[in-house]
Amino acid sequence: MSEIILETRGLTKHYGGVHALTEADFTLRRGEHVAIMGDNGAGKSTFVRQITGVEKPTRGQIIFDGVEHTFESPIEAREAGIETVFQTLALADDLDVPSNLFLGREKVRFRLGPFSILDKRAMREATMAALVKTGVKIPNLSNTIRNMSGGQRQCVAIARTAAFKSKLVIMDEPTAALGVQETAQVENIIRTLKEAGEPLILISHNMRQVFDLVDRIVVFRRGRIVANLRKEETDGQDVVAYITGAKTGAEYEGAP
Amino acid sequence: MAQTTHGIGGLAYDPTKRTRPPELNVLAALILIILAFEVLGRMFIGDSFLFNTRENIDTLFNEQRLQIIILQVSIVGIIALGVTQVIITGGIDLSSGSVVGATAMIAMSFAQTAIVNGNPNPKAIFGEGMMDLPVIVPVLVGLGCGLFAGLVNGLLIAYTRIPPFIATLGMMVAARGCAKWWSKGNPISFPTESYAAIGKGMMPVLIFITLAVVFHLIMTQTRYGKHSYAIGSNEQAARMSGINVARHKVLVYAIAGMLAALAAIVLSSKNLTAQAGMGVMYELDAIAMAVIGGVSLQGGRGSIIGTVLGALIFGVIISGFTFLKLDAYYQEMVKGVIIVAAVVLDTWRQNQRGRG
Ligand SMILES: Nc1ncnc2c1ncn2[C@@H]1O[C@H](COP(=O)(O)OP(=O)(O)OP(=O)(O)O)[C@@H](O)[C@H]1O
Ligand SMILES: [Mg+2]
Repeated sequence: MSEIILETRGLTKHYGGVHALTEADFTLRRGEHVAIMGDNGAGKSTFVRQITGVEKPTRGQIIFDGVEHTFESPIEAREAGIETVFQTLALADDLDVPSNLFLGREKVRFRLGPFSILDKRAMREATMAALVKTGVKIPNLSNTIRNMSGGQRQCVAIARTAAFKSKLVIMDEPTAALGVQETAQVENIIRTLKEAGEPLILISHNMRQVFDLVDRIVVFRRGRIVANLRKEETDGQDVVAYITGAKTGAEYEGAP
Repeated sequence: MAQTTHGIGGLAYDPTKRTRPPELNVLAALILIILAFEVLGRMFIGDSFLFNTRENIDTLFNEQRLQIIILQVSIVGIIALGVTQVIITGGIDLSSGSVVGATAMIAMSFAQTAIVNGNPNPKAIFGEGMMDLPVIVPVLVGLGCGLFAGLVNGLLIAYTRIPPFIATLGMMVAARGCAKWWSKGNPISFPTESYAAIGKGMMPVLIFITLAVVFHLIMTQTRYGKHSYAIGSNEQAARMSGINVARHKVLVYAIAGMLAALAAIVLSSKNLTAQAGMGVMYELDAIAMAVIGGVSLQGGRGSIIGTVLGALIFGVIISGFTFLKLDAYYQEMVKGVIIVAAVVLDTWRQNQRGRG
């Protein structure tokens, strides 16, 4: 078993003329927690969409768990073991919390292909358990997502990754809308993942959070990776310099 | 006494004050409309809409009128069950009326009886070998037609990303053309007895109610239903959650096509004849039933129960106008008004939600 859980080589995504991601070489070791930082529009979410099968990269390779993958859809990435909290959350507004938590992989009581009969009770109970872990306050699980606050939605999306076994967790700005307590809870979830040896990619603009939680920081700028910093060898000011373009990592010279 | 419990994280809520299901509003509307006709009837024509007023019959309600109402809505109601599913996924199906026409013609051709009043069948489409076939043949052929039309709709919409409105509009024109071409515009009559039994008496109602129960269970209790709502409320999220959206859409349109075909079988059996013009405008009636029943054209919201209630409202209004001895032309206009009003109501509900 290789020590590297995820590797991308030359990962590139163009949207028409927009070069959203250019030649990204990224590695993540087992058990390692890495933060991706960068300004708005730097290409962080684009990077996530390429490795989770939401979009097809223009070119480049994705090697996950020792196997090269071309994920045709998010299901394939999920089945391979990548759980993601997308920045857009990917929740269905008109469904209640358990339905969202299990969307796409419902628990069934009776298998009948597409007409498989749902096990609503089991999903409800599992939802309770998963939500307690996030520390979210939701008065009524049967409420639709539409009627929930931004933070509650975010917690539902996070609980969704927490409820399933995975080999890699990706969180794209998971605490952007959360209150102090809820943020602390999510950070605790992340620490639990660390203790369990589960690798994580965390996208965040929160410097304190990043320095609290991760081992390594990768900086994106205008679609390129411009720095790869071990936490011990850097500090907030340094990271900001890379984000804004005042500095560029030695191995990334030549990037604009 | 109001009992409060605690949700997750200790927020209190009162489970007795759950939000009212929207179907209750539709039911209330149905009752109000019936009452309105009752009052109007007594005021202007001195007759009761709901109750029996004839001396020679010993029943409380005007059962004849009630039977006609549900019989009238049953056949279009079968189509509306499929249309409901399509709209819940955020789509629309304009082809159902034409699919009814084409399917009725084709299925009827396979349901011909050999001898009519002691003479050979004068209208037979095919040769002798194709007469007096067991009833399963025209039924399967008919369902096959609907399946085919639905699959074409679904595949176009799911894989070429043509908007549902355009794809099913194309099918609407093409299927009507097929219905006319099939027998060069001639009606097809004289079905076998077994075929004629499908739509006899109250059979259409029985079929409608059975299917309504089945699809209610499917939409509320199965993965298919869950995914339909998910796709309608946020297609991108459904895709990111791992639902195979394209495949699901094909399935939904295929089911809608088969339900339209079933309506065609029931209708042609009931009328003992099939004509190329059968089912004209049924698609709009079906959509109206769904929308009146609270199915949102934006997708993601609505239910089979709502559509059944919507169908009843639709039937009551049409029958009410006949009862008030208003012209058939008024009925058409009123239908138009109902459809627009239902959509306006839906848009208004959306805005309410957006503000809240
Ligand atoms: N579907 C798309 N079509 C065209 N351009 C796109 C598309 N998605 C993203 N982009 C562009 O790609 C660039 C990178 O976007 P991305 O969402 O990856 O940024 P980000 O680093 O996640 O920013 P933020 O911190 O604001 O979330 C942006 O310039 C954006 O406008
Ligand atoms: Mg982003």
